[in-house]
Amino acid sequence: MNGVHDMGGMHGMGPIQPEKNEPVFHSPWESRVFALSRALGAWRKWNLDSSRHQRELIPPAEYLRMSYYEKWVTALIEQLVNSGLVTRAEIDSGKRARGSAKAAPPLTADKVPALIANGAPAVRNISVSPRFKTGERVRARNMHPIGHTRLVRYARGKQGTIERDHGVFVFPDSNAHFQGEKPQHVYSVRFAARELWGEQASPRDAVYIDLWDDYLEPA
Amino acid sequence: MTRRGFIAAAGASAAGEAAHAQEHGHSHDHQAVPSDLALRTKALESLLVEKGLVDRAALDALVDTYEHKIGPRNGARVVAHAWVDPAYKRRLLADANAAIAELGIPTGLQGENMLALENTPKIHNLVVCTLCSCYPWPVLGLPPVWYKSAPYRSRAVIDPRGVLAEFGLQLAGDVEVRVWDSTAELRYLVLPERPAGSENMTEDQLAALVTRDSMVGVAKVAL
Repeated sequence: MNGVHDMGGMHGMGPIQPEKNEPVFHSPWESRVFALSRALGAWRKWNLDSSRHQRELIPPAEYLRMSYYEKWVTALIEQLVNSGLVTRAEIDSGKRARGSAKAAPPLTADKVPALIANGAPAVRNISVSPRFKTGERVRARNMHPIGHTRLVRYARGKQGTIERDHGVFVFPDSNAHFQGEKPQHVYSVRFAARELWGEQASPRDAVYIDLWDDYLEPA
Repeated sequence: MTRRGFIAAAGASAAGEAAHAQEHGHSHDHQAVPSDLALRTKALESLLVEKGLVDRAALDALVDTYEHKIGPRNGARVVAHAWVDPAYKRRLLADANAAIAELGIPTGLQGENMLALENTPKIHNLVVCTLCSCYPWPVLGLPPVWYKSAPYRSRAVIDPRGVLAEFGLQLAGDVEVRVWDSTAELRYLVLPERPAGSENMTEDQLAALVTRDSMVGVAKVAL
């Protein structure tokens, strides 16, 4: 979707504000939101791509106003309700629905080290033919899907060179909508800064973007 | 959702606040008035525990891991080792996951597919995620706020030299700047240049020099 989250190349967002000795979390509630998101993921009712899309669906003005973890908790509540794990009435009342069975959490403390050590790989070890070869010139497709995509707007229609084939990965555009993993090759594509931004950019500089087969066409 | 519902529910569980703070070894004292978000999150956590959807001890373990165990010191160890061991550096650049694992650092969650990018006098690498907040957790921990925020995400790709200057790093015109937009599940670790004058330092001393910012590519390592 052409949302405000796709901000590469936008102007007017203000100065970067690094914080000295920044804590990992600025408040305990942020750490709880972070942990809740990871722990609830273990129910496998949603996936990484659908979680990202849920945050992208936050209306633009709200998206820009909210802090990072406010976006997370807002999207998390939507996922809990959409997946049926929690009802809207339970969210509103803060109380478990009368007569509902108590579940057993899939992520217990003893399983946390394995979750962190193993991660959730998006690589699929299956044989899929790559559509492009290293060194080949490609163009990022000029497409504007209303759903989730990782094809950044600033690259659409631009030409680049395949620098590296990363292998076969889950395709976010379908996976985010629970329409299958559609595994395909992901490439590191080098775009000259001037191809993306015109004469204002340095002739030496480049942007490397990781792009799936379905985002590319021969140039 | 109604905010009133959250707040009412949070009020009901406020008695548990002190016990909770004690249990998790952190104090909520610095927030004289708990924010709306703190109350909403507390109510949500209580509901999810009551429903058996999450295990509070698992939440504590997750928080503890990212607050205390996984952070940029991991990445600094990788960088320092690559500086003193040329064979290790080659392995790191060829297969970052295996090389990082050699040092006993697991490359799991949000580091399943790592790539190391070597900075040289003529090539400067800079990492961003313009779409969200992708970041190599196993080696750098969770990202700082500026990395996740609109100013950095919007400008790193269109004006990397301006961004670097804002961080105090002026690059000569003959240096090639490579910006890596983390749009897929690859996670990038910048291998910064070893600073001149560090020839006689031990690996531990070198690791102490390596900053988080230098491994994102917004700074150089200085003595």
